[in-house]
Amino acid sequence: MNKIPSALNLGIRRGGLEIRQFARQRESVVFTLLFPVILLAIFGSVFKDTIAPGVTFSQYFVAGMIASGLVNTGFQALAITIPMERDVGGLKRLRGTPMPASSYFIGKAILIAVSMIIQIALLFGFGLLFFGIEMPTELSKWLTFTWLVLLGSACSTALGIAFSIVPKSGRGASAVVSPIVIILQFFSGVFFVFTQLPTWMQQLAAIFPLKWLTQGMRSVFLPDSFAAQEVAKSWETGRTFQILVLWLVIGIFFSVRKFKWDRD
Amino acid sequence: MNVIEVKGLKKSYGQVHAVRGVDLSIPAGEIFALLGPNGAGKTTTVEILEGFRSRDAGEISILGFDPQTQGYAARQWRDRIGIVLQSAADAGDLTVIETVKHFSGYYSKPRNIDEVMSAVGLEDKSGALIRNLSGGQRRRLDVALGIIGSPELLFLDEPTTGFDPEARRAFWALIEQLRGTGTTILLTTHYLDEAEALADRVAVINNGLIVEVSTPAELGGRATAQAVVTWRDGSQIKTEATDNPTAVVARLSSHFGGEIPELAVIRPSLEDIYLKMIGGVHE
Repeated sequence: MNKIPSALNLGIRRGGLEIRQFARQRESVVFTLLFPVILLAIFGSVFKDTIAPGVTFSQYFVAGMIASGLVNTGFQALAITIPMERDVGGLKRLRGTPMPASSYFIGKAILIAVSMIIQIALLFGFGLLFFGIEMPTELSKWLTFTWLVLLGSACSTALGIAFSIVPKSGRGASAVVSPIVIILQFFSGVFFVFTQLPTWMQQLAAIFPLKWLTQGMRSVFLPDSFAAQEVAKSWETGRTFQILVLWLVIGIFFSVRKFKWDRD
Repeated sequence: MNVIEVKGLKKSYGQVHAVRGVDLSIPAGEIFALLGPNGAGKTTTVEILEGFRSRDAGEISILGFDPQTQGYAARQWRDRIGIVLQSAADAGDLTVIETVKHFSGYYSKPRNIDEVMSAVGLEDKSGALIRNLSGGQRRRLDVALGIIGSPELLFLDEPTTGFDPEARRAFWALIEQLRGTGTTILLTTHYLDEAEALADRVAVINNGLIVEVSTPAELGGRATAQAVVTWRDGSQIKTEATDNPTAVVARLSSHFGGEIPELAVIRPSLEDIYLKMIGGVHE
């Protein structure tokens, strides 16, 4: 038996390679990383009112921006770029090497996590400097924030890889994936106050992880008094955790079982 | 034990019988060319051997493994083979050396990176981004990635399509070099001169069946086929098909008293034989 490198070791190396490739696509780097800041600037300038005592719309919106940043950077980006990699034969080439699928997935997860951390740092920086965003002060909120980002990023990565089997070609991938993400963002209370949406929209959104990520982020960035205004009159932190784990498992299952390395 | 052993391989896509019972035995160290027109079952056969496609029937042993092996055993198997596919255009934002280095990390005993870079003639391009390479340079990078793991068996699919004649000669020299290391090579190609220059044996596949397996010199009875002698007699070009061209030339030489005007002795080329073979088995 030859001693081949472990899947984790190769996964970490792939992560480094993925980051290097991403960093060289300058336009895409700037746009991806600054997108939440741009949206915050637009919405922060349009909606200047407070939605509850001491809660500005910008403050509400930061929660939505981080949550949907997770979906854009992971799910949307992977479900579009993986079919492109497949189209140009890159995945088939990898399939022919001793590198296992799990290493490829780990590499993607590292790329998404790193990209998310930079995005959040930029959003915090601009938010603090220009939009009067208030940061949580309790340690418990930062702990919630940390697991939400890590679990959300993993969940989004796994679902993005799983969904990459749906678009038939890289060319058409964006047309399939983007509308789903945009609709999900509207339904999940990213752009509007969730409780003001029609009930059926709320219920539909509650099936998918974005609603829970957004609500979880609100529990971090809004005062606890705001919890009473949520649909369930609470932050539902435990349930958020369960639902994200469930979607993570679903994503991993389909990624492992159904991943397509080749066009046909 | 043979590196490649295939018995009764079959594969259909719906009503189309792409491969209808292929047998192949390829010993270690051989360069073996698979020839056949488009749609003959060539690509399907090779992709089944590479583990990219499933089969409907037949037994296959590649280095002692079934190509459908999964999991850790499949990684062990892939550690010992190299695959150069038709045109891949990925990783344009990486440099040549970054890519070769990265791929070398996949294998248990990678070849020396500098050696591979100079073997494929890309040492001057090591810092270049892949998207800035010419078609021929990209192809050589494909080969570099195929051989970086010091494979015992190398699959080469249409390796020189789109090469200019000089690049093809350079590529052939590279394959000769690999022959020296004892690598077994399964080559598919459209170019018969390529098969003739490189292959120890060739198989012609058509309509999903192997028509013949032979050395390039003997394929289709080529070695024993009649030669054609042509020469000018006054204003006429004369031709004569013969089993004994030397005798014909000697007779003509004495007839003309020395030099024979516009003498040529022509043996059928591999291409002539091949075209006859694939034409002859159409249903």
